[in-house]
Amino acid sequence: MIDISESVMQVLLGFIVVAPLIGAVTALLPAPPGLKGKSPEQAVLRHGVTVTGAVLVAAVVLVLGFDHDQPSKMQATTDISWIPALDVRIHLGIDGISLPLLVLTALLTFLCALYSFFKMPSGPSPKAFVALVLVLESGTLATFAVLDLLLFFLAFETVLIPMYFLIARWGGEERTRAAWKFILYTLLGSVVMLLGLLLIGIKAGTFDMVALATDSHPALTPSVQVVAVLAIGTGLAVKTPMWPLHSWLPDAHTAAPTVGSVLLAGVLLKMGTYGFVRILLPVAPDGMSTFAPYLAAFAVVGIVYGSLACLALARQGAKGDLKRLIAYSSVGHMGFVLLGIASMTPTGVNGALFANIAHGLITGLLFFLVGALKDRTGTTDLDTLAQATGAALYGRAPRLGGLLAFAAVASLGLPGLAGFWGEMLALFGAFDPADGLSRPAFLTFTAIAAFGTLLTAAYLLVVVRRVCMGATPQEEGARLTDVRAYEFAAWTPLVVLTVVTGLWPKTLLGLTDPAVQQLLAGGTR
Amino acid sequence: MSPQAQSLVQSQAQSLVQSVDWLAIAPPTVAAVVALVVLVADLFVGDRRKALLGWVSVAGLAAAALALLPLLDGDRSTFCLTGDADVCSYTADRFTLAVQFLVLGGALLTALLSMTALKDAKRELPEGEYWFLLLSSAAGAALLPASRDLATLIVALEVASLPAFALVGLRYGDRRSSEAALKFFLSSVTATAVSLMGISFVYASTGTLYLTQIATRIEDVDGQLHTLTQAGVVLTLVGFAFKTAAVPFHFWVPDTYVGAPLPVAAYLSVVGKAVGFSGLILVTVIALPSYADVWGPALAALAALTMTIGNVGALRQGATRAYSAVRLLAWSSVGQAGYLLVPIAAAAYAKDTERAVGSTVAYALMYAAVNLGAFAVAALVARTNPLNRVSDYRGLYASRPLTALVLGFFLLCLAGLPPGVIGLFAKVTVFSAAVDAGLGWLAVVMAVNVVIALFYYLQWTALLFRAPEGESEPHRVPAPLTAAIALTAVLGVALSGAPQLVLRFSDTGLF
Repeated sequence: MIDISESVMQVLLGFIVVAPLIGAVTALLPAPPGLKGKSPEQAVLRHGVTVTGAVLVAAVVLVLGFDHDQPSKMQATTDISWIPALDVRIHLGIDGISLPLLVLTALLTFLCALYSFFKMPSGPSPKAFVALVLVLESGTLATFAVLDLLLFFLAFETVLIPMYFLIARWGGEERTRAAWKFILYTLLGSVVMLLGLLLIGIKAGTFDMVALATDSHPALTPSVQVVAVLAIGTGLAVKTPMWPLHSWLPDAHTAAPTVGSVLLAGVLLKMGTYGFVRILLPVAPDGMSTFAPYLAAFAVVGIVYGSLACLALARQGAKGDLKRLIAYSSVGHMGFVLLGIASMTPTGVNGALFANIAHGLITGLLFFLVGALKDRTGTTDLDTLAQATGAALYGRAPRLGGLLAFAAVASLGLPGLAGFWGEMLALFGAFDPADGLSRPAFLTFTAIAAFGTLLTAAYLLVVVRRVCMGATPQEEGARLTDVRAYEFAAWTPLVVLTVVTGLWPKTLLGLTDPAVQQLLAGGTR
Repeated sequence: MSPQAQSLVQSQAQSLVQSVDWLAIAPPTVAAVVALVVLVADLFVGDRRKALLGWVSVAGLAAAALALLPLLDGDRSTFCLTGDADVCSYTADRFTLAVQFLVLGGALLTALLSMTALKDAKRELPEGEYWFLLLSSAAGAALLPASRDLATLIVALEVASLPAFALVGLRYGDRRSSEAALKFFLSSVTATAVSLMGISFVYASTGTLYLTQIATRIEDVDGQLHTLTQAGVVLTLVGFAFKTAAVPFHFWVPDTYVGAPLPVAAYLSVVGKAVGFSGLILVTVIALPSYADVWGPALAALAALTMTIGNVGALRQGATRAYSAVRLLAWSSVGQAGYLLVPIAAAAYAKDTERAVGSTVAYALMYAAVNLGAFAVAALVARTNPLNRVSDYRGLYASRPLTALVLGFFLLCLAGLPPGVIGLFAKVTVFSAAVDAGLGWLAVVMAVNVVIALFYYLQWTALLFRAPEGESEPHRVPAPLTAAIALTAVLGVALSGAPQLVLRFSDTGLF
């Protein structure tokens, strides 16, 4: 949109990845004079807001400087040799696929930092909290910005330790178990992924994603690709998560603090699906098409399974936890993303990328809202909240209730909101899969997934019914504090973006489509 | 005598007398000479000035390490056969220098740790003898990677081991210490004896002790001797596998580490292992490449067993048991030995053996730095909590934030997760050696082991940052200990920023 020179863009992208790391180190140091604030806690939380804010500004400038006429071209690229022995290069760059995810990450982390500034999660010192969130941000941003397989692995692993500590230290009940489950599960996945990455890198002779995608590598025979896709796909599927490898997710989401859940659902899960699109589709298309039907089958099972689990949790007397419910709904939503990817068509992959962003915005908002609800009522247990008639949020805190209903409706995929386009395009893609994939099988998957959307609508409406509606109790103290100013500040961007991308999907599709077309045609450039 | 006749006599004399390249053999020689100097000086130094011996030893080890510098420009060989200049007993090539650097650096850090330990032991440890034994062992360990014939190899192995037995059992009147030493001694001697037997078999079938000559002659051994040769190959490896603490030769490790003075345990975990794996590499890759089908699968199985049993053993250490921190490090060092063996096993299958073996050297350098660092912090904590349980580390961050962060970093390096970037990439090189050689199953076993290992490393790390139980009294950290921790931490961080510094060994020719 505006003309920024390439070298400035390079610096900006490098800044986005490195600044949070430097911020994390400085967060541990005592505040310099002049920046002490009211208390050390306040100073360090403000430091977090400043750093994430600066990163967000840089990301926005990057969007402005991005050449929107050529979204399929890698822009702001840096390519420096780092470890020649392993052929690891610091190769950074963004195209239409990674840019939206980069901005989403910067935005969500900033909103989380802002939210924590006013509402610090209960637990040990905020110093470590801020440092961990910043390391987490750096790891996720790097995942979307790097173009080297081993660097991708490094970034992928960087998020594990901070997330572990965020859950284990600032989490709710059962946090120790949930944190262990999270880290052991995902580490096992990512180590297996490393084996696949090494196999590809060693056979092809390069770890560079761009080179792997554009050049033909005869050494990557179909049998090598099948093994590589199996290994890499397993690792990414754990992270995504794909049914039946999802079992770490509900526990982790339920136990994590609000900010942790938002980042986990909004950003961390996307690393898995991004890997599918960025690495597996262009580098190992033959292996991918072997596994695509299975991937799609697991995806639709995930959609139905997630919805049924949510329905079961939403029932009266099921003692369902709202956070756990949203976690299971993530399994379903990510099922749509995987289905779109498995179709291996531009439509499906665009849908998957759209659904990625939409899920990040909407589920992030949902976790914020549930966190706020927990602060006010002290529980996320649906039965305790709803009592006999319903929690009557519309009456007790109208704005909060309204926002919750909005987020729920967006999540079920109402046309005109962000959730709609991704899932519809994914279904379209699956309806007409790429050549070489079995049409009847994919038609079946499409039908089952479409049935899943109905189930999704059912449980989300039940949730709205039980949480937002009901008879307003008349006694003193029944009214809850309505949305506070800082909460408005943290949530408004998400609401606005949900509406904007819903009404004007071209903002995103215009970015992703050319890049996806080129990726599937065999090359990013 | 005419000038021609004179030069003829001279050249004949030269062909009979081996010329010695003193510069090439300087690193182990300096260590050995300083060992003798310290032993003699001990007689003349008063009780109150014994610390001087420590500083002399540290300076000696530093000088020995510095003696490596002039050798960087190219390969040098000495003690060559007078008839055939290509067959030498001592070679200072890149492999030798890398391992010598590891050994001497490890010994230097051990010496720094020992100064505090000796001071704290209040004359329960005889200082002069201690330094003499440590330096002699280091000299032997530094000689080993350079030796290119089986006799020198065994002599070096013994020079490195015998003082180590004494070091383990040096504490006056400590039953645990002497028991550990005895256990260590008996099992080690058995292993060496088996090794010697293997060497005699190999010698019987090839008629030479020089590694390069064995490599060529073993290919056309008489068919009748074939079984003998194979048995010889396997038996020779046993002695070195023992030193590396590979399963099933690992059972001495936990008790020996607990019984030994802490710096000695640190020394054994790093330098002892270096001795083992460099011997293994020399015997397998240089002397017996044609028997790769014998030692390759054997080492692969050994690696898989070693890492699994080591990590499961570490997993089973209760946090509140006495000496559990040292026990955990001991078992984890067994697990790490398994990772070290993977590239050597891969060398049997890979086209480029040197590259695979280089991964072991790179991994060992990383491991040496961070493991010695972890032991240094353990030594610091042991000053106030002599039982050294893992649970004693709870809340270390509250009393010593920097030390806790550094220990957390070391443990995550050992686990191979960011922020321990160097640990991660060292593991990646090992994985890549395995994948490159087509040892997929071994890579998968290792992947599972990495996850098991993360559990206990991260559990310990997490403990450091918990709220402390009760007040801990602050005390001044002695300068040598601070230096050791700082040195290893700086090394670890620098390597994380520039992993190429150690990973380069996995990329270029070593021999």
